[in-house]
Amino acid sequence: MTQSRSLPSAAGRPMSPSRRLVRRLFRRRLVLVATLVLALIILASLLAPWISPFDPKRMDMVHRLQSITAVHWFGTNEYGQDVFSRILTGGRISLSVGLSVAALACVFGAIGGLLAGYVRRLDGPIMRLTDAMMAFPDILLAIALMAGLGSSLVNIIIALGIVYTPRVLRVARAATLVLREMQFVEAAKALGVSPWRIMVGHILPNLSSPIIVQGTFVFAYAILTEAALSFLGVGAPPSTPSWGNMIAMAQQYIGQADWLIFCPGLAIVLTVLSLQIVGDGLRDCLDPRLQKTS
Amino acid sequence: MMTYVVRRLLSMVVVMALVALVVFIVARVVPGDPAAVMLGSSATQSDVDALRRQLGLDQPLITQFAMFVRDILTGNLGTSIFLNQPVLDAIAGRAQLTLLLAGMSITISVLIGLPVGIISAVKRGTALDQGVIGGAMLAASLPSFWVGLTLIEYLAVKVHWFPVSGFGPPGASLWEHIYHLVLPSIALGLPNSAIIIRFTRSSMLDVLGDDYIRTARAKGLGLGAVVIKHALRNALIPILTVIGLTLAVLIGGTIVTETVFGLPGAGNLIVSAVLRRDYPVIQGALLIISGIYVCINLVIDLLYAVVDPRVRY
Repeated sequence: MTQSRSLPSAAGRPMSPSRRLVRRLFRRRLVLVATLVLALIILASLLAPWISPFDPKRMDMVHRLQSITAVHWFGTNEYGQDVFSRILTGGRISLSVGLSVAALACVFGAIGGLLAGYVRRLDGPIMRLTDAMMAFPDILLAIALMAGLGSSLVNIIIALGIVYTPRVLRVARAATLVLREMQFVEAAKALGVSPWRIMVGHILPNLSSPIIVQGTFVFAYAILTEAALSFLGVGAPPSTPSWGNMIAMAQQYIGQADWLIFCPGLAIVLTVLSLQIVGDGLRDCLDPRLQKTS
Repeated sequence: MMTYVVRRLLSMVVVMALVALVVFIVARVVPGDPAAVMLGSSATQSDVDALRRQLGLDQPLITQFAMFVRDILTGNLGTSIFLNQPVLDAIAGRAQLTLLLAGMSITISVLIGLPVGIISAVKRGTALDQGVIGGAMLAASLPSFWVGLTLIEYLAVKVHWFPVSGFGPPGASLWEHIYHLVLPSIALGLPNSAIIIRFTRSSMLDVLGDDYIRTARAKGLGLGAVVIKHALRNALIPILTVIGLTLAVLIGGTIVTETVFGLPGAGNLIVSAVLRRDYPVIQGALLIISGIYVCINLVIDLLYAVVDPRVRY
C-alpha cells in the first residue's frame, strides 16, 4: 500500500507547508472525492435539525413501512418515521462518538507512546500492558467494558477510547524511537535541554503526522465498532437513532423492508470508506519515511 | 532456537499475567456492588452478602486478585450466575460451533485474499490493481452484521438457498452444520479478507522487486512459476502473520455474527452474559479468547523459523 511519492524539489519555498500538503493530498482524485463525501456527511449531520425533511421522532402510522418514495427518500420505518431524517440525526451520534474516540485515543496514545519510546525504564511496562490490551479482539474488550460501565453514549466513548489507545500508542512509540536518534534531538541534548522539554517541544510536534493518520483510522474503526455494539444492544440506548440501533430495529422486518437495513448500513459504509481513503491519502503524503526534518 | 522458544514462552507468561490483570480490572469497573448488580433489584440483602462471600468480594483487592490468579491456574473459571454451570463447561459446550465458524471464515478470507492480493501485486499499477485496492478498502468498511443481514435478506428469505438462522438440529451431520454456517462465514470472512488482500499485495510487491526474481525471469522461467515458486514462498512470512491475526479478529467477530444468525455458540453466550451481567462468564470468555490470541501469536513466531531458514535467534 505504500505508494512512495517523491517530494517536489525543496528549492525555493513557493507555498506554505499546509497548502503544499493540501495540493499533494488532492492530486489523487479519489482522495478529493472521499474528502468531499466526508465533508458532506459531516455537514448534513451537523445541520440535521434544520435540513431534515421530517421530524425524526414524528410517528405517522398511516405511512408506516413505506418503501423509497419521492416524499420519503429512504422510506419509513415501523412507526412511520422518516428514515432519511433519522439517518441524518443518527449521523450526529455516530460521528461524534467516532471523533471523540479518535481524540481520546490520540491524546493518550501520544502520551503513552512518547513515554515508552523516550523513557527507557517505562518502555517495558507500557508495551507489555499494550500487548495485553491488544490480546483482546476490539469488540470483545469493548462489550466487556460496556457490561461494567452500563450503556450510555459517554460510556461507549470511554470504552472505545480504551480499546483503541494501544493502536495509536504503538505507532507513536515506533516514531519516537526513530526520532530520538536524530541529530536535532542530539543537539538539544547537547545544549542541556531537559528530557521533558525534548519530549514535548522537540519530539511531540514530529509525531503529529503518524498520529493524525492513525487517528483517522481509529475514527473509522470506532464508527464500525459503535454500530456493532449498538446492534448487539450494549451500545447507544435503544431510543437513540444511532446507525447501529436503526439496523438492529430493522432486523424484525427483514424480507419485507429492505431499505430499513440497507440505508443506515450504506451510511456507515460511506462514512467509514471515505475516512479510510482520506487516511490512506494522508499517510501517502505524510509518510514518516519521506519526512525530512527541517 | 531452544533459548528463543524459552524466551518467547516467558514473555507469553508475562503478557498472560497482564491479561489476567486487565480482565480483573475490567470486571471491577462496575459502579456499585457487582453482587447486587448481578442479582438484580429483587434480591435480599442476605442473598447479596452470600454472593459477595462466594465471589470473595468481601476480601481486600490484592487478596481477590491472588484468588483470581490461583483459580485460573487450577483451571477453575468460576460458575455462571445465570446458567448455574461451570464457566469452562458452558464455553466448551459452545466452542465447537464457534471454532467451526471461525475456521470456515478464515478459509473464505484466505481463499479471497491470497489470490486477489497476488494478482493485484503482479498487475501493479493497472486498472485491475486499482480496482482491487478500492475493493479491499470497501470490504474493510463493511459492518459484518450488515453483510449478514443483507445475505439473509436476499439468499435466505427471498430465495431459499440457505437457512435463515440456526445451526441445524442437534445430532445433524457435519455437512448439515457446515451448510448452516455458509452465510455466517461469508458475512464474517468477506470484510476480513481485506486485511489479507492488502498484506499479500504489499508483501508480494516487496519480493517481486528483488534481483533474484528478475534473474529467474531472465532465465526464461514463466511468470506463473516465478510468482508461485520464487516470490510467494518468500512473501509468505508477513502473510502468515496477518492470517494469524485475522483468525484472532475473526474469533472476536463471531460474537456479532452469531447474534445475527441466531447461532448458539460461544459468541452468543458472551452477548447474553453481557446483557445479564453474568460476570464470571464474561471474565472466563475474555481470558480464554485472549489466551487463544496469545497462543496464535506464539505459533506464528515459531512458524517463522520453520518457513524461513534465514530467521535465526
